[in-house]
This record gives sequence, structure tokens and C-alpha cells, in this order.
Amino acid sequence: MKRFLMILGFCALTTPAALASDSGVHLEPMTPDHRDLPSLQHGAKLFMNYCLGCHSLEHQRHVRTAEDLGIPTDLYQASLLPAGADMGSHITNAMPAAGAKNWFGAQPPDLSMVTRVRGTDWVYSYLKGFYLDPSRPLGVNNDVLPNAGMPHALIELQGVPRKVCKQAPEGGRDGLSGQPMTSEQCGFIEVEAGTGLLSAEEYDAAVYDLVNFLDYTGEPYRLDRQRIGVYVILFLLVLYVFTWLLGREYQKEVH
Amino acid sequence: MSDAKSSEKPGAVMAGVTQVVNWIDARMPLVETYEYHMSRYWAPKNFNMWYLFGVLSMVVLVNQLLTGIWLTMSYVPAGDKAFASVEYIMRDVEFGWLLRYLHSSGASAFFIVVYLHMFRGMMYGSYRKPRELIWLFGMAIFLVLMAEGFMGYLLPWGNMSYWGAQVIVSLVGAIPVVGADMMEWVRGDFLMSEITLNRFFALHVVALPIMLIMLVFLHIVALHHVGSNNPDGIDVKKHKDENGKPLDSIAFHPYYTIGHDLPAIVLFLIVFCSVVFFAPEMGGYFLEPPNFEQANPLKTPDHIAPVWYYTPFYAMLRAATYPLFGMDAKFWGFVVMVGAIALPAVLPWLDRSPVKSIRYKGAISKGMLAMFIVSFFLLGWLGTQAASPFYTLLAQVGTAGYFAYFVLMPWYTRVEKTKPVPERVPA
Repeated sequence: MKRFLMILGFCALTTPAALASDSGVHLEPMTPDHRDLPSLQHGAKLFMNYCLGCHSLEHQRHVRTAEDLGIPTDLYQASLLPAGADMGSHITNAMPAAGAKNWFGAQPPDLSMVTRVRGTDWVYSYLKGFYLDPSRPLGVNNDVLPNAGMPHALIELQGVPRKVCKQAPEGGRDGLSGQPMTSEQCGFIEVEAGTGLLSAEEYDAAVYDLVNFLDYTGEPYRLDRQRIGVYVILFLLVLYVFTWLLGREYQKEVH
Repeated sequence: MSDAKSSEKPGAVMAGVTQVVNWIDARMPLVETYEYHMSRYWAPKNFNMWYLFGVLSMVVLVNQLLTGIWLTMSYVPAGDKAFASVEYIMRDVEFGWLLRYLHSSGASAFFIVVYLHMFRGMMYGSYRKPRELIWLFGMAIFLVLMAEGFMGYLLPWGNMSYWGAQVIVSLVGAIPVVGADMMEWVRGDFLMSEITLNRFFALHVVALPIMLIMLVFLHIVALHHVGSNNPDGIDVKKHKDENGKPLDSIAFHPYYTIGHDLPAIVLFLIVFCSVVFFAPEMGGYFLEPPNFEQANPLKTPDHIAPVWYYTPFYAMLRAATYPLFGMDAKFWGFVVMVGAIALPAVLPWLDRSPVKSIRYKGAISKGMLAMFIVSFFLLGWLGTQAASPFYTLLAQVGTAGYFAYFVLMPWYTRVEKTKPVPERVPA
């Protein structure tokens, strides 16, 4: 049995994460934190202002969002609730499906669980992966999802991103000078200075907050789940001690 | 005075209980049934950890039935509502997320304990005479369980639900002549649709659970009639005391129920709840990422993989790549897969060894069993991966290993040298 469990453990460790989408693009890691309320609030604000025009969160309700994120109802109603929506309704928009399909080639997907489908790393990298590409109908392309049918919605925050070539380290060192060897390499995204409302760091933080919020809407009960889980496991551990002691009493009678 | 009163009271209660029991006993064999299956069911005293997976299967079955009932209360089996109703359960129903994760993790847990339970039977020869019927009932349970899991997986109406079901149902189409019509008959439509969803729902929540419960009942009736096997494969009924109790056995209740099973159930629940509360997706193995997106007949997931518990058989399905006798490879894949699922059923008649347990079998049996485990895990892993020429070759090797264990069994169990089995259970 022990040997069997060891084999099982080995198999579990050596098996790569199942079904990871491997588009071959390097994804930047993004670790969500549902306890960081300012981040979630900022993310919600960004979503309502920049995303909700096209993308819905059709499984998430306004009232729950306000409660979970610690936003007072009157403040939420005044600043985040779209006109005509009520607090009990789902976070949806008024974009007609047929029109959307006409304008973008496909209906913009609902984002309630986008991080559960794609992963937070993917969404984070995607929002940082836009660059100007005049050959595309919307003028931009994306490294993470090539030929994406989505405009760069956050371009006023980030500024104008362009694909550039620059001197970059090759990995080796020059034999004479000892300096790292470099060569001209292409494919880097650089933002034109002064074109965005945010600095590079601020933009990264904003995208983090937005993805953090989207991850929250994917599983709004995650903190409940983990909090209750701790008590359940503690209870079971105590129960185990007593059932084990009880069981031992009966086993003593067996010869 | 008060002392006398308190000592009288329980006596009165007990007398009342006895009266009720006697009343029932005069009308149906209550005490007799209890004794036959519990307090006077003699189980060999040398059970080890492997003997826990039967009772754990029952625990998971109860979990699935209970959480399933409550999920059904809020689930809507309609093409345009099913996906949203699952999210409604997860978000708006009180503790709905807990019910759903208990049920989805329970499905995986069910297969884990059932696979281990079956492996125990293979290891200790529990399928051998006179327990063939227990084994056959068990195999029937396994088949129904696979169907139950498959149909249940369609219900969330996620994109992997849809395409996974589409792939498996289309296998029927590989049957010559009638295949195409049968496929339509199974789906009830020209493609996977709400009609398919509705019939899968009916089968998943009514028909198959009833079959499952009946088969489990028969499995246990047959088991308690012939008695349990044990890790040594010794016939404990050969040596009995003057009251007819086998000398090497102990009462199932309370020595196994409370002595062994209860702490083990709690230990199992600790592991199970760790998954439910801290990793319900289990890295994409228990809940696959594309299933958080609604079913879309126009958008095929990049890589369709069944849930992990079907992957060994899925890998064998894909391992068949040659057309043969005028039939295309898909048909032979179907045959190989069905064969792989059904073949264990005939184990009682394949095993010709004079001993039951692996402990007394020879080196070839041990080697073959080890090879079987390696093949099964290899195939299980390959089934989660996208196909490539090298992986297909590996899957073919694994399939050969899987089948060799069964097909060669009549030969290797007869020719190898076995160790003598002791008369009594070793202390």
C-alpha cells in the first residue's frame, strides 16, 4: 500500500498541469488576491468604465459585487451602477448581439468566468499584449491572441504601444571585453512616451486590479469556501482523533 | 429517591424499544437481518487497508445521491438555461457552491475509490470461485457508473461537456450499417441538443441511480452469502468453532465498522474536503477549464479530453490507427475500448492459478500485475494529452500491456510455481 501510494504521488508530481492552453506565448504570472479590496474596487471601476460597453458579467449581480467589495450601496449606485440597471440585476449591457457580431466579427464573450477558462496569467498578459498593427481592421493586434477581434480598450490609459526592434542580450558574453553580447532583436512592445494617462507601472497595476476583479467574479464565494474549509478540516481532524481512539478500543479485543 | 427514579427510567425506555422491536420482528425479520449482515457477519480478521474502499464507495454514493437531490432542485435542464442555472446554484443558492463542488469532486472520488476497490479484488483474487457473481455485479456497477458519470458530465452544458459528449456519442457511428441511425437515436436529434440534454438528465437523475442502488444491493447480498475473501485468499470457513463461527473471523459490526471503517471514513473525508474546499478544480482534472464557458456548437475546444477517469479507455480508443478487414480504424478503436472495459468481467474464468492471492502467486503473475498498473497509469496520462505519433505508439504499447494481462492469464497462472497457502490465517 505504501509503495502504491508512493507511485501514485510520483505520478501526480510528474504529470504537468492538465489541459493548459499552450499557445506557445510566454505568459506573465499574475496571482489574484480576493482579500485586497482596494484592488478589487479599482478593478470594478475599470471594468464598468472600459469593458462593460461590450462585455457583460451575466452571472454576477451588482448587489453582491457591492457587498463583497465593501462598496456602500449609495456610492455604488452613484458611481458604478449603469443607468437603468437595478442593484439586484446581473451586470449586463445593452449591446445588441446581432449588431456586436456585425461590428467585431463575433459577439464579445461574457467575462464572468474568463479567468477560469483562460487563467489569470493569460488575461493579464493579453491586456498587456496589444500593439499597433495597421493591417488589422481595428488598428491593433495582440501577442497573446493573434488577430484578436477586440480594440485596445485601455489604450488611453496605457498610451500607444508599438512593436520595436532593439539591442537585447543574447545570453553569452564577449570574449575580450567580458560584456554581455547583444544583437538587434524584434518583437518588443514599447509604449510611446507621454501618450498614456498612466505610467508603465501604473498601467501594470491597473491591469492587475482589473484581472483581480475578473477573477473575483469567476468565483465570488472563494474566500467563503476557504474560510469554511479551514473549520471543516479542523473539525474532521478532531473527530479523527476520537474515532481513532474508539476504533483502537475495539481492535484491542481482536486477537 | 431520585436515584431510584433515574435508574428506573432507562429501563422503561429499553422495555419500550424491545416492545417495538418485537412487534416489528413478528412481522419482518429485523433482528435476523441485522445479525446476518452486521453483528453476526463473520469477516476474516486479516483485512488490511485495501478493504476500506468498498465502504468508502458507499460513502461517496450517499454523498452523490444527497448532493444530487439538492442540485436537482435548482438545476434547469434546458439548452439556454442549464449553464446559467449551474452558475445560479454556485452563486445564489445558499451553500450551492458547496453542493456543486461536493458533487463534482464526488464524481472523481467515486472513480478513485472504485478503481482501488477493483484493484484490491484483482490483487487478492476476490473474483475467484465462489465470488464470481459478486465480481459480475461489481462490473455491472462499474459500467453503470461510467454511464452515470458520462451523462452527468453533459448537464452543466459547458463547452467541454458538449464536445466530450459529442465525441463519445459519435463512437456509436463507427458501428457498421446501423451506426449513423443509432447515433441519431442516442442523441434524439441530428446533433447534440436540448433533446439530448433532457434525456441524459432523466437517465442521470432517475434511471441510472436506481440501477446503481439495486446493483449495490445485489453486490452485498451476494457477498454476505459467500463471505469475504482476504489478503491471503484463505478459506476461513474451513475452520469453525462449535457455534459455527469461523475461527479466523470477527464480527463485521462492531470490529470492522467502528474498529476500522469509521476512522478511515473520517480520514477519507479530510482528504476529500481538502479538495472540495481548497482545490475543487484539481488543476483542471476534476473540472476542466473549457467547461466554464457555455456549450457552443460552433466552437470546438482546442483539445478535447474526457475527464481523467475515462482517459485510460480513451487512450486505447485512439490507439487503434489501422483499418482492418474493410473496417476503418475508428471502428476498431471502438472495439478495443469496449473490450478493455468488458474484459475484466471474465477474470474469474481467466485465472487458473491454484491460489487466489498475489501473495502466493508466482513471479510471472506479480510481474504481469505490475505491468498492468504501469499500462493503466500510462494510458490514463496519455488520454489527457493531445495525440502525437510518439504518444500514439506509447498508447499502443500500453494497450498491448493492458490486454496481455488478461489474455495471457490462463497461461501464466497455470505454468508458474506458486507458494503453498497456509491452512489458517497467519498471526
